[in-house]
Amino acid sequence: MLKKRVAIQDFAAEARLFNHRAVVAMLVVVLLFCIIIFNQYQLQIVSYQDYQTRSEDNRIKVVPMAPNRGLIFDRSGILLAENRPVFSLELVPEQIKDMPSTLAAIAELIELNPEQTASFLKQVKAQRRFNSIALKEQLNDTEVAIIAANQHRFPGVSVEARLSRHYPFGNLFTHALGYIGKINVRELQQLEADGEAPNYAASRDIGKIGLERFYQRELHGTMGYQEVEVNNRGRLIRVLRSVPAISGKNIHLGLDVGLQLTAQQVLKTQRGAIVAMDPRDGAVLAFYSNPSYDPNLFVLGISSTNYNELLHSRDRPLINRVTQGTYPPASTIKPHLALLGLETNTITPTTKIWDPGYFMLPNVDHRYRDHLRWGHGWVDLYLAITKSCDTFFYELGVKLGIDRISDYMGKMGFGEKTGVDILEENSGIMPSRGWKRAKHNQPWYQGDTVPLSIGQSYWTTTPLQLAVATSVILNHGERPTPHLVTAFSDEQAKVPNLPDLTPVIEVVNIKNWQVIMDTMHRTVKELGGSAHKAFIGSTYDAAGKTGTAQLAAIAQDAKYDANAIDERLRDNAMFIGYAPFDNPTVVIAVALENAGGGGSNAAPIARHILDYYFSAGVNSND
Amino acid sequence: MTKLFDNSTRQSTLTQFHIDGPLVLGLLALVSFGLVILYSASGQNIAMMQGQIIRLGIAMAVMIALAQIKPQTLRRWSMPLFLVGLALLVAVLMVGHIGKGAQRWLDLGFMKFQPSEIMKLAVPMAVAWFIATHSLPPKIWHLVVGVIMCAAPTLLIAVQPDLGTSILIATAGVFVLFMSGMSWRIIIFVASIISAFLPVLWIFLMHDYQRQRVLTFLNPESDPLGSGYHIIQSKIAIGSGGLDGKGYLQGTQSQLEFLPERHTDFIFAVISEELGLLGVLVLLALYLFIIYRCMVISSQAQDNYSKLVAGSFTLTFFVYVFVNIGMVSGLLPVVGVPLPLVSYGGTSMVTLMAAFGIIMSLGTHKRILAAP
Repeated sequence: MLKKRVAIQDFAAEARLFNHRAVVAMLVVVLLFCIIIFNQYQLQIVSYQDYQTRSEDNRIKVVPMAPNRGLIFDRSGILLAENRPVFSLELVPEQIKDMPSTLAAIAELIELNPEQTASFLKQVKAQRRFNSIALKEQLNDTEVAIIAANQHRFPGVSVEARLSRHYPFGNLFTHALGYIGKINVRELQQLEADGEAPNYAASRDIGKIGLERFYQRELHGTMGYQEVEVNNRGRLIRVLRSVPAISGKNIHLGLDVGLQLTAQQVLKTQRGAIVAMDPRDGAVLAFYSNPSYDPNLFVLGISSTNYNELLHSRDRPLINRVTQGTYPPASTIKPHLALLGLETNTITPTTKIWDPGYFMLPNVDHRYRDHLRWGHGWVDLYLAITKSCDTFFYELGVKLGIDRISDYMGKMGFGEKTGVDILEENSGIMPSRGWKRAKHNQPWYQGDTVPLSIGQSYWTTTPLQLAVATSVILNHGERPTPHLVTAFSDEQAKVPNLPDLTPVIEVVNIKNWQVIMDTMHRTVKELGGSAHKAFIGSTYDAAGKTGTAQLAAIAQDAKYDANAIDERLRDNAMFIGYAPFDNPTVVIAVALENAGGGGSNAAPIARHILDYYFSAGVNSND
Repeated sequence: MTKLFDNSTRQSTLTQFHIDGPLVLGLLALVSFGLVILYSASGQNIAMMQGQIIRLGIAMAVMIALAQIKPQTLRRWSMPLFLVGLALLVAVLMVGHIGKGAQRWLDLGFMKFQPSEIMKLAVPMAVAWFIATHSLPPKIWHLVVGVIMCAAPTLLIAVQPDLGTSILIATAGVFVLFMSGMSWRIIIFVASIISAFLPVLWIFLMHDYQRQRVLTFLNPESDPLGSGYHIIQSKIAIGSGGLDGKGYLQGTQSQLEFLPERHTDFIFAVISEELGLLGVLVLLALYLFIIYRCMVISSQAQDNYSKLVAGSFTLTFFVYVFVNIGMVSGLLPVVGVPLPLVSYGGTSMVTLMAAFGIIMSLGTHKRILAAP
């Protein structure tokens, strides 16, 4: 009874209790929902911009696209450096059902070396399944054709092309053009230091030497990019925006394919260099260093065997003899010294000396010998140059003194870089008191000036410096900056590259300059002139000066016998010249290593070049 | 009278099948919303949609079937179901021990079966049965027995190890005790005991990966590519949705798969990204409506057992919603709880619908019993 009553009382109380708890529970539920909503508000409204940005960063990737490298043309528009497709065999693992059998089937069609296959399989494991991976690079045309014909059998296998530099003339332009190769760590650091690195995000190659290096910035162009949407695995979903790359500028050279070919043909295996230049503006017309090598070897990565062969060859093909070869100028600088003599009134055009076959300094026993053992007898300036009398210049040099010589020749460009548009250049040596003190820690002796006066001893020059110094005479004191590139072009315009001439020497008496040019003219024109034989029958009016640089020291009273000494110690043959005499459009410098006399060896080479120059009308358009 | 008759015939079609109209409408609205989102979250995967629809069909059938069972029958079977569940949990443990690995399911040959799913229903039902045999509020020793009834399956599931499920099951049992009117003093006392117990849980009971989840939750940016990745990508998805979202099927985080588990545990982030805060409010409104309706049903149920079971199921459903949204939006550590009735797959959907079926049974059988 009691129990029942309590139960009945409880029934209403229990309902109230439960309802009370239900209300509390609902309040808590609503409160927690409010917390969720507040949190959503924080995320979606307050921090919206932040998360929006992060969401865009997730999905949008920028894919850089390399620009096409600018082309290089010769003076008549013949292509010297082009971009050619190279083919590689690429596989997309995702699309290949049975990798081993596919590889086996491909191996039946084209040759696969096990090393390549192993590295390919390694890549397959490391890379995303949808990425294309190269199985074999540098396919030849036959291999490309075979794969193309069997394409249908291999889904996921394709031949991919990418552009690679190619030099169609092989070794003909190597030392001028240089070559490109893969960007290395040091170059990358340099690009970063220059702030250029972002522009190279998609580029593989960079100019290593020559014009390719000097004009890297112009040739490279501006990177393009694509903004693409990617998923969480980096797979491309769609392209959102595309900014095309801007190709590098094309460069146009003053070089002429015909002149280069002539230079290569006449030099054959002769070590040496030929450079021809327009003295009026410094545009280089011929630039050939022999022996040369094929720059295409370097573009796709040279094998160590090939590289060692080039590096250790006794003929030093990697040396650019036009700008890096430093030779004693020998008698080729006699006109330059004579000019100094005239301008300083040290001599006059009619000054005569007696040449007994040697020169002696006062109070010194040593005989400085003339190349003509018995001497030239009475010699004036004309004879001293046309027959290349050494004694005349020994005496002149000693009278001028080292300081005046060093200063004047320095102005002509000796002893300093010409500023030509390749970086592989030596400055040569124009000795001076200061130079000797710094280099040998010795004072300058008068005895040092004597051999210097015939372009021997410490004095060394590059063939290009000789051409520049000769141009200074032709230009009456104005020095051109030699340059291979004469113009840049892109789709819109062609912009000429014409560095100004630099006035370096003040003319004292213009007649002196004409006298010097006249002596060089007579060297070619007059019977008995040292370059006369070489130019007999030429259709144009040339002038020049020969030089024979002695490399082996010859004992007093001993006779130079070419056959008796080591071939590598034989005389260097040198020649400088220009034409036409009355209005020079071309100046030429030739240096031949261990070839013998300049008149009999270097001058005929120059003759061939000039013959081609005039017969083909190389520079006649301006 | 005619009017009343008309009204009663309309109601009678539903009541005849013991279905609560407002609740079933709310559930259908939520499920439809869920299917629309799943189409996007699955990356327009038709096969996945078919699977989900079939599962929903089965779950609905289970709900309707359970709604037909009389509350007395449910009440009578509460304890036996609980005991069978316990036995199965022990069996899973044995099989798992033999298999030398963590195991949560029994392989019945034709299907894999998780006994813990049964316990989600059986634990609150059994505790409610025990509490309801006495008058409310429960006495201390009733509570002690109730806690023991919760603790046994909780521990068995915790060692599987499935910490998330075990805590949810314990919570369901504890909700029964709370709704039964246990005194606030005891609630506060127990709450402090549990707080004190947390370090023990951290040191002795939690596995490394579980501890890692909690640590990651506290500072997700500390490991952006490792375990923090999920929560960072999820927050980016939610935040970048803004007020009105990026548009249906236009969520970059979800469609480009930066968002992990986009169709299962993290589907809430897809809603947030594509439909924005407005879409989230619609979803929350649906959930709140369902919870409110269930709570009304609970308070109107005819006896204490019915009230306690319905109330516990309702609050457990809310906990699922809150834990899932909380973990996806960075309020709670990541535990594997799906967004109820929206996330793809799982036996949990059947279990949830079964609970709604039971709630309907408890709510709709009232009048028929009360009539005589």
